[in-house]
Amino acid sequence: MIKRKKRAIGIISLMLVASVSIYAILWALRDNIVFFYSPSEINQKILSDSLEEKSFIRLGGMVKESSIVKLNNGFISFVVTDFNKEIKVIFKGIPPDLFKEGQGVIAEGSIGRDYTFTASSILAKHDENYMPPEVEKILKKEGFE
Amino acid sequence: MPKNLANPGVFEKYIRTFSPWLGVFSIVLLSVGLWFAIFNSPVDYIQGETVRIMYIHVPSAWLGMTIYSVVALSSFIGLIYGHIVAYIIAKASAPIGAVFTLICLVSGSSWGKPMWGTWWVWDARLTSVFILFFFFIGFIIFSKSFKDPVKGEKISSILALVGFINIPIIKFSVDFWNTLHQSASISKLDNPTIHVDMMIPLLLMFLAFLFIFMFLLTIRLQAELNDRRYVTHALNVK
Repeated sequence: MIKRKKRAIGIISLMLVASVSIYAILWALRDNIVFFYSPSEINQKILSDSLEEKSFIRLGGMVKESSIVKLNNGFISFVVTDFNKEIKVIFKGIPPDLFKEGQGVIAEGSIGRDYTFTASSILAKHDENYMPPEVEKILKKEGFE
Repeated sequence: MPKNLANPGVFEKYIRTFSPWLGVFSIVLLSVGLWFAIFNSPVDYIQGETVRIMYIHVPSAWLGMTIYSVVALSSFIGLIYGHIVAYIIAKASAPIGAVFTLICLVSGSSWGKPMWGTWWVWDARLTSVFILFFFFIGFIIFSKSFKDPVKGEKISSILALVGFINIPIIKFSVDFWNTLHQSASISKLDNPTIHVDMMIPLLLMFLAFLFIFMFLLTIRLQAELNDRRYVTHALNVK
């Protein structure tokens, strides 16, 4: 019985030590584990001078309503917002199908001194809402969306 | 529940009785679930037909995590109480869990390409599930790499327990960090963000997968018990 208790204590303390060390590692790396930054976070980084110009970064947020503009030579521009700060993005190429105004988006690229984000690729972010189109229509009619 | 279920012989008798029934339930639930998932559920307002990948992807993700918890719990019981049956359950579950995790990764990837625009990104959710897959593989390899089976059992059990820390990381990765992967739709059961017509096929498919796991587990358990009987016999003859 005492042997069993010793073993249990040994295993549980091993688990505790491992959990704490993994927690410490994840905490130290938290800035690298996040997949993207919101416009506010990027703004903060620029203000605190911790973001090097032209360094690779991911910007995530909502595509602002009626902000997608088709430019010449296959460029498009749009505005990413987190309903607090906004950043203008320029991108050349074909965005994914889900890329729409009012939808989540993640742009990969770098931000210049003029606060314009030059994206090398664009990912569409899908939210956790799943519903049939008819339901969405009714929700829209009732002003939920 | 009989008290002597920890006795391998009694245990084997029970799983022999349960196994065919689990098989029958698996087939019935999978047929109904697939019929709902493929023919009798609505398309999504954004994803269209692609939403049907979810009915494979989400249940296999849940199963991967559930099976890992089974492996970790049985390893824990095996380490502390030294019950052979507990370790056999861990050993028999691990390959099934690895396959479900792989199904989750592959189906998720094939959903990601049309929806996100990429097969794979290294965000917290995708990476932690990838690590889960490697913990399964590590457990399987460790349990087979030692000449002394008892040593192999102990070392792989400890690996399984350390890897269990990854399970809450997977679950909460979408809340702790910004990820490309969407957050949970169904964990808040009082207010799920998935329409009921899509939730029914999803839960049916989860039940089907759960029964498939239990059915495969009973088959693998019988094989493991036979294998052990053979090894013990061979050792005694020597």
